[in-house]
Amino acid sequence: MQAAAFDPGAETNAMHAANVGVGAVVSFVGYVRDFNDGREVAGMFLEHYPGMTEKALAKIVLEAEQRWPLLKVEVLHRIGALQPGEPIVFVGVASAHRQAAFQACDFVMDYLKTRAPFWKKEQTGEGPRWVEGRQSDADAAGRW
Amino acid sequence: MNIDVVYFARYREALDSDGERLDGLFDSVDDVRKALLARGEGYAMLGEQNLMCARNQELCRLEEPVADGDEVAFFPPVTGG
Repeated sequence: MQAAAFDPGAETNAMHAANVGVGAVVSFVGYVRDFNDGREVAGMFLEHYPGMTEKALAKIVLEAEQRWPLLKVEVLHRIGALQPGEPIVFVGVASAHRQAAFQACDFVMDYLKTRAPFWKKEQTGEGPRWVEGRQSDADAAGRW
Repeated sequence: MNIDVVYFARYREALDSDGERLDGLFDSVDDVRKALLARGEGYAMLGEQNLMCARNQELCRLEEPVADGDEVAFFPPVTGG
């Protein structure tokens, strides 16, 4: 986790640096939108559970590494105040072949969405509101 | 026995508390939850169907056993990513 912004392009490039055995890199970047659930969003605050967040993310990465032959997995997640257009999360997965990288990236995001202790609070024109968990995210995680 | 309870996000705000130390006899995370629920008022939210919980910073089920000195967390569904 980090409060500072990150550069998704540079992070993606770093996924295959110094390892010519990497044949495939799949990355996912999640961004803050300016509109959600019928309201304009001026910004958001990301709360987390210090101590547990690190453990939860490490566990998700370990599980991905046990399921697929991966060469590198990188997860970055912002905390604190964010503005629309800013990246919130980066997941990069490097493997010898594309299939493992695609699947593992999808898996890490599905698990992160349902098991990592982060909570979004949006600032909207009608005041602040906590983002509610979505059943579709739980369903997606259930696929694995 | 002592259990350190912590709250996050909407629960933390609604209870106006990061957490507290509970002294009592509890077999499970659910026992801790029920002791808090018995206070009524704002604590009723701990009865929400989609409540999530963790013991010593690992997600768990409500039936998870607890021991003296454990940290038990209650929070609404996570919304990161």
